[in-house]
Amino acid sequence: MVSTAAARLAAARRIAAGIPDPELPMVTVADLGILRDIRMDDGSLVVTITPTYSGCPALTEIARDLHGALTEAGLGPVTVQTALAPAWTTDWITDEGRRKLAAAGVAPPGPVSHGPVPLTLSPGRPGGAPDAGVR
Amino acid sequence: MTGDQTEDEFAAYQGLAEDSGDHRWAFGTGFTDPLEGIDTSVPDGVDAAALAAYCLMLGDDALIFSHRLQQWMTRMPELEEETAIANIALDLLGQARMLLARAGRAEGAGRDEDQLAFFRAEPEFRNVRLVEPEDADFAGLVGRLLVFSAWRLALLGQLTGSADPVLAAIAAKGAKETAYHRDYAAQWVIRLGDGTAVSHARMQAALGVVWPLVDELFLADPVTAALPGVAADPAAARAETAAVLDAVLAKATLDRPDAAPLAPVAGRTGRDGVHTEALGYVLAELQSVARAHPDATW
Repeated sequence: MVSTAAARLAAARRIAAGIPDPELPMVTVADLGILRDIRMDDGSLVVTITPTYSGCPALTEIARDLHGALTEAGLGPVTVQTALAPAWTTDWITDEGRRKLAAAGVAPPGPVSHGPVPLTLSPGRPGGAPDAGVR
Repeated sequence: MTGDQTEDEFAAYQGLAEDSGDHRWAFGTGFTDPLEGIDTSVPDGVDAAALAAYCLMLGDDALIFSHRLQQWMTRMPELEEETAIANIALDLLGQARMLLARAGRAEGAGRDEDQLAFFRAEPEFRNVRLVEPEDADFAGLVGRLLVFSAWRLALLGQLTGSADPVLAAIAAKGAKETAYHRDYAAQWVIRLGDGTAVSHARMQAALGVVWPLVDELFLADPVTAALPGVAADPAAARAETAAVLDAVLAKATLDRPDAAPLAPVAGRTGRDGVHTEALGYVLAELQSVARAHPDATW
């Protein structure tokens, strides 16, 4: 058992931040901004996570991983809860997360645009036929 | 097959469904309540029954259209589009799960998302008829997706200010996804409309098929009327939707179809539980496994 509440919280933050994302194991849930908050509530650790998109099937796995790792470390009891608002955006991926994604060959997303419907088509693939995509 | 063999098969599946230490053997199968840990109490002054009915309407739109998009899997013209449509279908399924779960909680009769999705009959579904028909080609798919997402984004935009904080949060999350769906569809409608003579003709024909179901999207309904400040006004979504569609069609060199709306049946449409024949086929595929094995877990 960890002696003080502050030490328990610090240990929990360290462990939770190191949990890998199930789909992109080269980055952690903290790198992606999925891990929202960890706090103590009446002797319990309360971990808040957020889905990247509404149908995200990985959220259950992430909750289990967090719960398992924190419990095994003797930091329980642990509750993992979901928060929908504010909604996640790719802006929440940390610089460290972007660096790791790029190093693994995954193009990190750029800033989110909030413009109207883009009515100008982007150019086709480099070197592709002019009608690529329309067959 | 003997009874024993059947027993054995079930035993094998039972083992898979049990919670084991290594849960990664089947990633993404551990479905839980999509609103777990979220305060789903209904705010004071909000009609809980109407809120449940309203969430069912928006949830059914997403559920049925998601299923129609899923039916296109392995049939896309390119792998890139296969991935895009799969993701759009998954987004809509995610929105449907949260909305059906919200409906079940507000209703307070103990029905969860699975019971609402798999154990309601056709007249109990409240989706608009736009999401029901099967599309004949890719032009039909992107034409329907453009209309659906332009309309849904207009509704979700209003709902981000809903007096129900759960609905507002679901809408804010869904709006980001639906904005992508609209952009994706718009780009393809433009590419096909402003493409070859053949692609233009097929895109124009596809719009003609979809258009009779557009007017229904903006009709007033009693559920929405019972939820001032909570639900989105469909009439108010008409101008925004029309502006987006007009802009895309102009860029795509396509004409806005001059097609008469599909008439309500004795004054009733999808929101009243009156559907096209196509919905029956969707539900047969969607529900048959769950109805054959009502005690199954996954």
